Amino acid sequence: MIWDVRNECMSVDEREAIQVKRLRAMIGRVKATVPFYHRVLADIDPADIESLDDLPRLPFTTKEDLRQNYPYGMFAVPMEDVVRIHASSGTTGKPTVVGYTRADIALWADMIARSLCQADAIPGDILHNAYGYGMFTGGLGLHYGGERLGVAVLPMSGGNTKRQIMMAQDFGSTLLSCTPSYALRLAEVAEEMGVDITSLPLRSGIFGAEPWTEAMRTEIEQRVGLKAYNIYGLSEVTGPGVSNECEYQNGSHINDDHFIPEVIDPDTGEVLPDGEEGELVFTCVTKECLPLIRYRTSDMCSITHDLCPCGRTTPRMSLVTGRTDDMLIIRGINVYPSQIEQVLLSFEEVEPHYLIEVDRKGTLDQLTVQVEISPDFFADRVGELEDLNRGIRGEIESVLGLSIEVQLMEPKSITRGEGKVQRVVDKRQTD
Amino acid sequence: MNAVQQTSVFLENKSGRLAEVTQIIAEAGINLIALSIAETSDFGILRFICDQPDKAAQVLREAGFSVGETEVLAVQVPHQPGGLAEVVGLIKPLGINIEYLYAFAGRTGQQAVVVLRPENGRNQEVAGVLQQAGYVLLTPEQAYDF
Repeated sequence: MIWDVRNECMSVDEREAIQVKRLRAMIGRVKATVPFYHRVLADIDPADIESLDDLPRLPFTTKEDLRQNYPYGMFAVPMEDVVRIHASSGTTGKPTVVGYTRADIALWADMIARSLCQADAIPGDILHNAYGYGMFTGGLGLHYGGERLGVAVLPMSGGNTKRQIMMAQDFGSTLLSCTPSYALRLAEVAEEMGVDITSLPLRSGIFGAEPWTEAMRTEIEQRVGLKAYNIYGLSEVTGPGVSNECEYQNGSHINDDHFIPEVIDPDTGEVLPDGEEGELVFTCVTKECLPLIRYRTSDMCSITHDLCPCGRTTPRMSLVTGRTDDMLIIRGINVYPSQIEQVLLSFEEVEPHYLIEVDRKGTLDQLTVQVEISPDFFADRVGELEDLNRGIRGEIESVLGLSIEVQLMEPKSITRGEGKVQRVVDKRQTD
Repeated sequence: MNAVQQTSVFLENKSGRLAEVTQIIAEAGINLIALSIAETSDFGILRFICDQPDKAAQVLREAGFSVGETEVLAVQVPHQPGGLAEVVGLIKPLGINIEYLYAFAGRTGQQAVVVLRPENGRNQEVAGVLQQAGYVLLTPEQAYDF
């Protein structure tokens, strides 16, 4: 089923006319309401935008711009119009903050209703929503989208996996939404419990919030016994529902009537043609609270405007293949090495020489921080070092919202790279 | 109060580290009197008494090790059954925990030395009780020649 035939299947020309009209209106609005855009768009007149080819004339917006305007400086509406705030990891101790008006929430729910329909959902389905509820957009995003479509939503959130299996069994869940690695975790725990998860009525999985591959898709489809669809999004653009795969699983349809995509060369900023891999950039032409212009996602992928047999005319993006920055995604949570570094700098017992190691133990990602203790640090008792280890671990865990391990290392034991220091070793299988 | 200086070295749990430390000490002409290792699954702490503690700390720091220096008590006890039991029995009523201890026998074999570290560096109180009971606390020189 297609949720919104009118807007998902319109002709390319008709869509561009709508996009340009919306883009012009948006430029006028943000110039008037957001001091940052008033400054960087000083030379841009909305009337100058005649077609989407004019989009590259506009400046980029970056995560750094959001940081400099922390927390609400980029909001284009007064606080009395804001009904929701979410946050994701920032590159420092401060998160990236996003806001929504009532209309923004409605738009987001509508986008996810599109996504769920692409994943074969229909009213009458039971959505087992195991994305985390909270400041993270996954849980509440799918929740509101499910209600908008009219499926019965189980707000499971993450964790307590055995109980999740029991409920999926007893409640007859037909749709599963979570990170791809958590889908495998569910399969693993079901196997341990002696439950045949493939025999449950689960039919479709809506998986995202972390990078995955075709090989993982095959494994999930076999072990969980459902069809696995990619959902893509980021909180700065709206959250999940920016794009989603249809039954052909040949790229995620981008809802470009609201989020206009471009793929650029991350070094030069030049726009790349269809099929070429580069950094994904979005302009959010309809959002009220946080309408960002040419926002750089740091996600690497390619897009195509070739028509899909499903009937939708929206462009499609490939699975995300990497990042332009050093962000890691651990169990669906975004982690920047700089967040960890900041914590380490606050402990005088250790040196700012560290290595972040990511590994997948079974199906769960594990992050270990190896850090050198200071040559001047006095320790003759094991307890003292264990306290230090616990202290560092606790601080990092509270900053990241993720459980981790810390390993204290001897001074000078972590390899000093020549030139760019390698801070991260990712041992997870990516294929 | 007599106390001796103990050197402690942080060691990652990987093969060859102890060999490296002992090699450095040997090359510096330092004589080890007693040592102990405390270990966890991730790391260990080597603690030792030697004849030139300042030099030991210096050469190990130069080699990049994290080194600590602690004053510990070296108590002379008869080398016979119950020797240690009596010492810790005297400390017990003080309500002071012993962080760690290790022991070595003297050259003659008649006497042993118990090296101990009271919690929170409460050496003075423990030394007082032991001395009152007639125990000898060794000076650094006595310990090195023991």
